[in-house]
Amino acid sequence: MRFTEVLAFAVRGVAANKLRSALTTLGILIGVASVILLIAVGNGASAAVQQSIAGLGTNVLTISPQRAQPGTSAKPLTTADATALADPAEAPAVKSASPVASASATASHAGVSYSIGQFLGTDPAYFGTTNSAVARGALFSADDLAHARKVVVIGATVATQLFPGSDPVGESILVNNIPFTVVGVLAAKGSSGLQDADDTAIAPLSTVQNALTGYGSLSQIVVQATSADTLTAATAQVATILDGRHRIGFGQTADYRLLSQEQLLTARTATTDTFTVLLASVAAISLLVGGIGVTNIMLVTVTERIREIGIRKAVGARRPAILGQFLLEATMLSLFGGALGVAAGFIGTRFTIAGIKPVIVPSSVLLAFAVSALIGLFFGSYPAHRAARLRPIEALRHE
Amino acid sequence: MTAPVIEVRALRKTYGSGDTAVHALRGLDLTVRRGEYLAIMGASGSGKSTLLNVLGCLDVPTSGHYLLDGIDTADFGEAQLSLMRNRKIGFVFQSFNLIPRTSALANVELPLVYAGIRRAERRARANAALRLVGLADRAHHRPNELSGGQQQRVAIARALVTGPAIVLADEPTGNLDTRSSQDVMAILDGLHAGGRTVVLITHEDDVAAHANRVVRVVDGQIAQEVRA
Repeated sequence: MRFTEVLAFAVRGVAANKLRSALTTLGILIGVASVILLIAVGNGASAAVQQSIAGLGTNVLTISPQRAQPGTSAKPLTTADATALADPAEAPAVKSASPVASASATASHAGVSYSIGQFLGTDPAYFGTTNSAVARGALFSADDLAHARKVVVIGATVATQLFPGSDPVGESILVNNIPFTVVGVLAAKGSSGLQDADDTAIAPLSTVQNALTGYGSLSQIVVQATSADTLTAATAQVATILDGRHRIGFGQTADYRLLSQEQLLTARTATTDTFTVLLASVAAISLLVGGIGVTNIMLVTVTERIREIGIRKAVGARRPAILGQFLLEATMLSLFGGALGVAAGFIGTRFTIAGIKPVIVPSSVLLAFAVSALIGLFFGSYPAHRAARLRPIEALRHE
Repeated sequence: MTAPVIEVRALRKTYGSGDTAVHALRGLDLTVRRGEYLAIMGASGSGKSTLLNVLGCLDVPTSGHYLLDGIDTADFGEAQLSLMRNRKIGFVFQSFNLIPRTSALANVELPLVYAGIRRAERRARANAALRLVGLADRAHHRPNELSGGQQQRVAIARALVTGPAIVLADEPTGNLDTRSSQDVMAILDGLHAGGRTVVLITHEDDVAAHANRVVRVVDGQIAQEVRA
C-alpha cells in the first residue's frame, strides 16, 4: 500500500462532493485570508504612524495644555510662553518655539465649500520644525506675521478639494467668510494612519487669532531643540521656564504636557500594536471557525461513507490506510483553502483599506498557512480515527 | 481426505450482555476441506450469517476457535485479520457492496491496491477477473449503470481477483432474478471446478443443489448434515 494510492483515494473522496468540498475550502480560505489581511492592515497602520512621526524629526518637543487638578486653576499656554521659551539666555538648547493656535474652519472657493481638517495659526519657524516643504508658491514670512496679513498656505488635500485642476497660488479663498490669499501649497506628506496630514491649512498666528480664535490660549507650542542630542537639555529648560511662568511648585502636577516625538512614537506604536493584536485575534477566531467547519464536514463524510469504509476493510484495507485516506482528505481541503486564502490575502493587501496601505508581514503568511495545514491534521484526525476504528461488519451493517 | 482449510471448534458469538444478550452461535463445530463446495442453510436468525462473517474474518467470535489454513485466528490482531481478508478470503455479499461512483474496474482493483500490487499488474489482473465473469466490456461502467446481476458478477470478480483459497458468499442470489442467479451460480460452480473452496449461504434449495455438501444451522448450531 503506497502513499500515492491513498492520495488517489483521498483526491477521489474530495472530488466526489464538489460543492461541499468547495464550501469547506471557503471557510479556511476566509480564515487564512483574514489573518493575512488584518495583520497587514495593522502593520500598515503602525508603519504609517512611525513614518509620519519620524518625518517630524527627532529634536521636536510638543507642549500642550493639560486640564488642571481639582482645586487649582490651569493657566493657558500663551504667545508670551512661546516667546519666553525662545529666549537664548534662559533656554540655550531651544532653537525655536512656535506657538500654534488651531481653529475649525470651512473654506470655500468658487462655490465649492470644504471643511479643513486642521486650520492652524503659527509662525514661519513651524514649517522648518515640522519638515513642511512648499510645493508651489511660497511660505508666509515673518513680515506677514507681524502685519497679520490674511495669507494662507494650504495642504495638498485642501488644494485638490478647492482647486481641482487649477493652480491655487494667488487665488483668494473664504475661510469662515473671511477672505484669505493662498500664497503656497505644501508638498504632500501622505496619510498618517487614521489622519490625513495633507488636510491642513496654515496661516500666520496673528491673523488666525485676530480673525478666528481670538487672543486666548494656544492649542500647543512646538519647540525645536538645537539638535537631537540637546533634546533632553531642552526638555529640562522648557520645564523650568514653564513651571516658573505657570507657578508650578515642586511636586505639583503641571498644567501642561511635554511630549517628545520619541514618546509620541512609543505611545502611538503601542496603540497600533493593540490594534494589530485585536485584528489578529478576530482573524484567528475566523480561522478556528473554519477548522471546526472542516471537522464537521469530515464527520459527516465519515458517517455518510461508513459502508464504503466497511467495504474497504472487508477487502483487506488496514487501519492506517483508512486513517491516511480521511486525514489526507481533511488536510487537502484545508491546505487548498489555505493556499487560496494566501492568494486572496495577497490580492486584498494590494488595495488601500480604510485609508491604510496594508503591509504584509511575511511571518503571518507562513503562520496562517501552517495553521491551516495543522487544522486539517488536527480537526481531521478525530473523524479519521473514528472511521479507522470501525469493525468491518459494524461498518457494513450501517445504513 | 485433504487437509481442512476451515476448522471451527466450539464457536460462540454473543451480542449484548445480561438479560438482553443474544446468542447467535452456541458452540458450533464445522470443518471444511480444501476444494469443498458447501452450502449453509437455515432460518432467518439461526446464526448462519454470523458464522459466515466469522469465517470471513469480518467479525470475531466471543469464544471458541477458528483455524484458517491450520492457523488459529484467535491470536490475530487487526492487521493480521486485514491480511487474511485480503489474501485468503474472497467475500461476496447479498447486497453486492460495491463502492458507489467508482468504475467496475476500480472496484475489482481495490483488494489489489491494499495488497500493494503495482498499477500495471493490478489492471491486468482486474481485467482478467472481469473477463472471467463475462463483464470485460463493462469495465468502465459505474455500479449504478449496471444491473443487479452484473453488479454481483463485479463483486465476484473482486472476490477472486487476489486468488483466494476460499470464496465465501452470503446469499449471493438473494437479490437477483432467476436468470441472473443462474449466471452467478455458473461462475461459482466454475470457481469450485477450478479447485477453490466455496462456502455459500442460501435459502433456496435449487441453489443449495449446486453444492456437494449442505449443512443446516438451527439456533446457532449445526443441526443436520446432508451429503449431496
